[in-house]
Amino acid sequence: MSEEKYVPKTKLAEWFDSRLPLLSLSHHLKSYPTPKNLNYWWTFGGILTFCLITQIVTGIILAMHYVAHTDYAFASIEHIMRDVNYGWLMRYVHSNGASMFFLAVYIHIFRGLYFGSYKAPREMIWIIGLVIYLLMMATAFMGYVLPWGQMSFWGATVITNLFSAIPFIGESVTNWLWGGFSVDNPTLNRFYSLHYLFPFLIFGLVILHVWSLHIPGNNNPIGIDVKKGSNETMPFHPYMVMKDLLALLTFLLLFFGFVFFLPDFLGHPDNYIPADPLITPAHIVPEWYLLPFYAILRAIPSKLGGVIFMFASIFVLVGLPWLDSSKVRSATFRPLYRKFFWVLVVTVILLGYLGAKPPEGIYLLLARVATAYYFIHFLILLPLLGRYEKTDPLPMSISDPVLDKPGVMDKFKEMAGKYEGENVGTFR
Amino acid sequence: MTKEIKGKRRDFLYTATYTIGAVGLGAAIWPLVDQMNPDSSVKALSTTEVDISSVERGKTITVLWRGKPIFIRRRTKQEIDEAAAVDLKDLKDPEKDSDRTKNPEWLVMIGVCTHLGCVPLDNKGEYNAWFCPCHGSHYDTSGRIRKGPAPTNLEIPKYEFVDSNTIKIG
Amino acid sequence: MLERLDNLSFKIFLIIFILGISNVSYSAENKAEFIENNWSFKGVFGTFDRASLQRGYQVYQEVCSGCHSVQHLSYRNLSEKGGPEFSPEEAKAIAAQFEVTDGPNEDGEMFTRPGRLSDKFVSPFPNAKAAAAANGGAYPPDMSVLVKARKGGADYIYSLLMGYEEAPAGYELDDGVYYNKYMSGNKIKMAEPISDGIVEYIDGTETTKAQISKDVTTFLVWAGDPHLEERHRMGFKVFFFLFILLTLVYLSKQKVWSRFGSKNEEEEVFDKAERAVSKYEGEDPDTFR
Repeated sequence: MSEEKYVPKTKLAEWFDSRLPLLSLSHHLKSYPTPKNLNYWWTFGGILTFCLITQIVTGIILAMHYVAHTDYAFASIEHIMRDVNYGWLMRYVHSNGASMFFLAVYIHIFRGLYFGSYKAPREMIWIIGLVIYLLMMATAFMGYVLPWGQMSFWGATVITNLFSAIPFIGESVTNWLWGGFSVDNPTLNRFYSLHYLFPFLIFGLVILHVWSLHIPGNNNPIGIDVKKGSNETMPFHPYMVMKDLLALLTFLLLFFGFVFFLPDFLGHPDNYIPADPLITPAHIVPEWYLLPFYAILRAIPSKLGGVIFMFASIFVLVGLPWLDSSKVRSATFRPLYRKFFWVLVVTVILLGYLGAKPPEGIYLLLARVATAYYFIHFLILLPLLGRYEKTDPLPMSISDPVLDKPGVMDKFKEMAGKYEGENVGTFR
Repeated sequence: MTKEIKGKRRDFLYTATYTIGAVGLGAAIWPLVDQMNPDSSVKALSTTEVDISSVERGKTITVLWRGKPIFIRRRTKQEIDEAAAVDLKDLKDPEKDSDRTKNPEWLVMIGVCTHLGCVPLDNKGEYNAWFCPCHGSHYDTSGRIRKGPAPTNLEIPKYEFVDSNTIKIG
Repeated sequence: MLERLDNLSFKIFLIIFILGISNVSYSAENKAEFIENNWSFKGVFGTFDRASLQRGYQVYQEVCSGCHSVQHLSYRNLSEKGGPEFSPEEAKAIAAQFEVTDGPNEDGEMFTRPGRLSDKFVSPFPNAKAAAAANGGAYPPDMSVLVKARKGGADYIYSLLMGYEEAPAGYELDDGVYYNKYMSGNKIKMAEPISDGIVEYIDGTETTKAQISKDVTTFLVWAGDPHLEERHRMGFKVFFFLFILLTLVYLSKQKVWSRFGSKNEEEEVFDKAERAVSKYEGEDPDTFR
């Protein structure tokens, strides 16, 4: 099913579309050909779009009632939670929504890693995605400051102090960030302003992300190019729309489970204590989605080094399309890479766990090992794997495994099992 | 035949899905709209008590109630007579003075011009009562519109005399 | 098959682990286990025990309010749905017991008047410094969101109230510091607030230390989360709705996808493969599987 060109049905439509091709665009979005073998890991793009819109809508609403002043911020949140009509709902959706957003984005990123979605010709999609991810982290961090609780204040203090590690100009930079000599009212105000701005930047980047996706088209679980004109693709609407919707509703069960029944589970109790610049909480912990980076930061025994490694852990991903030199995209046909992929997953989760633990003894040691592995994975293992890994033979197309050549019988048996393992279970 | 039935069942399924989905969307939008309505702390501030013992005859005090100015005027005998003497036929928005006061001596009304929301001035205008400077509406000593673009008389809030020295508004 | 299972369970494990992390990471570096109570507000359908909330308010008023404020609570909340649900008249009468500072009046001076429903709870001290000064340097925390601000929530508050003990032999305590099993560091500056019979309930409920602690804890949970009942009710409705919509969308999706060929795609792939295999080896496809 190839994509047909939009043909206006009426004179009015033709007039309109020749001046502003919105109808063509909507036609394109509907008929956009998607590989028919996409599994449910591919539904997280849609889920993330939903998350972004939910955050923007609830955020704009919260901004109508929130007061960005150190004397009133905490009280205004309580005002929202108690007095504003459905204010508690808006705020819990927004705060839990941030966690759900990150949960979805991590699944989305690891899906890309597993199926090689970052490889040519999709490098731009990957890089724009990483920029979105960075902005998401900045937005989430600044949002967490706004309630002006203890974790807000001390989280802001610790994170902004990262910049003081910059040689020579560090102090000037932090003072510039704070608008003073410590985190205070000017800091709160500018964080509020930027917290409002960034989601719209993210929104713009999401459009670029999707645009750059629609040029080469989707990758797929098999990782080979689909023939666009063939029966290997199906139009986005209604097939993928229905599938995305089904996945989204399932995701909402988890989301609303938190909102209505465990609304404060993912937050930290200390953030219900108003900020006090004189008392630091016993353990400063960032939100769960930032923990792996926090672990890397603390694993390095030098202030500047920690900051460099933390940022490097994200920027190394920018180079991924070139670090991974394997011609085969999908891990389905890369037996070795597949194992290392899961080691990476476990490493990142381990880092997250360690980020919440005090940096001492066994925790510190483990964090250093995990940090080392993280970088080795991307900088050493992937380039080597590309060169030395013996990949499984690729099918001719996403629906026809290679069969008609002598000697592939055993291969097929293995692949059939694998194909089932990767796909069928999750597909239905 | 069976195809037809199948087709109908399919249509029903889609219609049901759309309908239920639309209901859910509608229900989800209501909180987004309702959050802009006055919240419970605002609604709770609906009454205010005013001590009027120090107001002299012919003077107006202005107090704030629900964010709006409330005029409380202790009218002179002459003003009361003037207000009572007006022929209802001459009025744009006919209302008896006795219907606008609980005690003729005290005129309590919301000090917001019914035209576009400005605050009228005291002892001004053709009736030497209230005059709105924004678009030139003239009100008489009972706060009734006599001349100008305003459509109705100045509004009377809900109020009561708690005792002879205190008015409770709201 | 084994690999498939392995893979799936791995993925599920991954999700659960990520979600679990926050819990693991934030759990206390264990002191004593908190006393667990069978609170009526726990769980998906949890609601408050009204009588307990009303008694809890009495305990707050008679015991706690001398030192602890609840500045985010208003007197009107006492008669609102989902709370202690005093009648509006009762709530008005309660509010009127307090002297509220208002003003400035025409002379520019502050004055006091009896409280109204719209007023916030009157705080015992004008500011945190004054509160700390009057309490030996330790600021008695505001109780509005105290339950949410402590690990363990309601169980922690209850345990703390029940956890006063004689300090173990050799344990040094300064003057004005007390030993509490559940307090972090075991040292607390608040003297044991609740004891048997410290209040007298008009509804005849027994006034044991445990009962009083329970009531005041319930009150504090409500004070921190006044919309708890509404939240639970709405959550139930939302899930009910989601399950219906999910079912419909699932069926619709199946219908839509069935248009794309009568067979499931995977089956199609396998059929194709099987045909090719049997052609290649002359075998019966069934024995192959």
